[in-house]
Amino acid sequence: MKRTKVGGKEKMSRIRDDYDNSRWRKIEDWIKGEKDPMDDAMEIRRPLDDGPDTDVQITEESLERTTQRLFKFVNRAYSLFSVCFCILLVTIMIWYITFMPTFGDGNNPVNNEVSQRYIEKGLEETGATNFVTGMILDYRAFDTFGESCVLFISTICVQILLRHDDKEKDTVVNRELTRLENDRLFEPKNDLILQKVSCVLVPIIFIFGIYIILNGHLSPGGGFSGGAVIGAGLILYLNAFGFKKTERFFTDKTFRVITLSALSFYCIAKSYSFYTGANHLESGIPLGTPGAILSSGLILPLNICVGLIVACTMYAFYALFRKGGF
Amino acid sequence: MKIFETVLLIGLILCAIACNFTKKLLPAVVVFMSYSTIMSIIWMILQSPDLAITEAAVGAGITSILFFVTLKKINGIDEEDEGRGERKDE
Repeated sequence: MKRTKVGGKEKMSRIRDDYDNSRWRKIEDWIKGEKDPMDDAMEIRRPLDDGPDTDVQITEESLERTTQRLFKFVNRAYSLFSVCFCILLVTIMIWYITFMPTFGDGNNPVNNEVSQRYIEKGLEETGATNFVTGMILDYRAFDTFGESCVLFISTICVQILLRHDDKEKDTVVNRELTRLENDRLFEPKNDLILQKVSCVLVPIIFIFGIYIILNGHLSPGGGFSGGAVIGAGLILYLNAFGFKKTERFFTDKTFRVITLSALSFYCIAKSYSFYTGANHLESGIPLGTPGAILSSGLILPLNICVGLIVACTMYAFYALFRKGGF
Repeated sequence: MKIFETVLLIGLILCAIACNFTKKLLPAVVVFMSYSTIMSIIWMILQSPDLAITEAAVGAGITSILFFVTLKKINGIDEEDEGRGERKDE
């Protein structure tokens, strides 16, 4: 009984030793931050910080003398190789261009029945006088939906990277860190020229952006360009008046609500329209008279959705870059 | 119009090359901004105004603003100023 117990203990300890020496254990330690598995394995040591030591200087000088030639050779070879590679790449690309069909030729593969149908029946089917918007938001609406999703996901990624965590705000070290990282304290307060200029410019920029979004199906432009213009206006306003004024209407919560509701509305509306279109059902969405503001069915609300998402994304990027939050 | 177009295209190529060979980061961003502005005018000439608006707003506006903020965060602007001051002192 006793013997088996001891034997079991030995076995257990051996297993534990094996586990301690195993690679998995090292990785686990490294993840937990206890010990770097490459600490003993690496031959390179950190340089000593004991001031200018003569021995170290001599060895460094001798090292430099021996390695300088090699470094120079490697540098020269590297630049020569990169130049050769660039020239090769450019020649291959230019050589390939000669095989492409000539610009504006009638027999090009671009001029197929798809574009012909867009041009001939686009106005009739989508009700948009601007073909480009009719194509982007009607025939190929799911492409634009993917674009909006990419913008939303990129904002989330930037939040993961740059968001400032204010869970443990009470500790002294954390407060000091927030003070250093928060850009708010360094921004110029009450810059009179900027404020007066932005007082004039910001409303004009906003109105221009809204005009581009609302007239997306009539004139050049659409959700993306209008949203970018509005986002630029928001950034200008933020720069002039600081975060305190923008926090009154734009916080984390508003960003979440606006982007999520816009994305889900886009998804549901376009799914419905595609479903009815594919099954030859009556969608019940009036196309209206082409040329009027309230026309072309779903394109106007979808444009507004895309514009909201883009404007929020642009502003969120800037706010996250500046201070890691909204 | 042809001359104007060629001037713009030459300016575009010059900007693209200058952006690579600028040693300081702040002028490189400004050159990149001018590249975007020229590109938006070229879009206008090629009769696609929607792309011109987007290029002007995103390329010349928001991208370069984000570059400026990043440079400020990593102290890319201040260091250059200090370096210039030291050179003046010498």
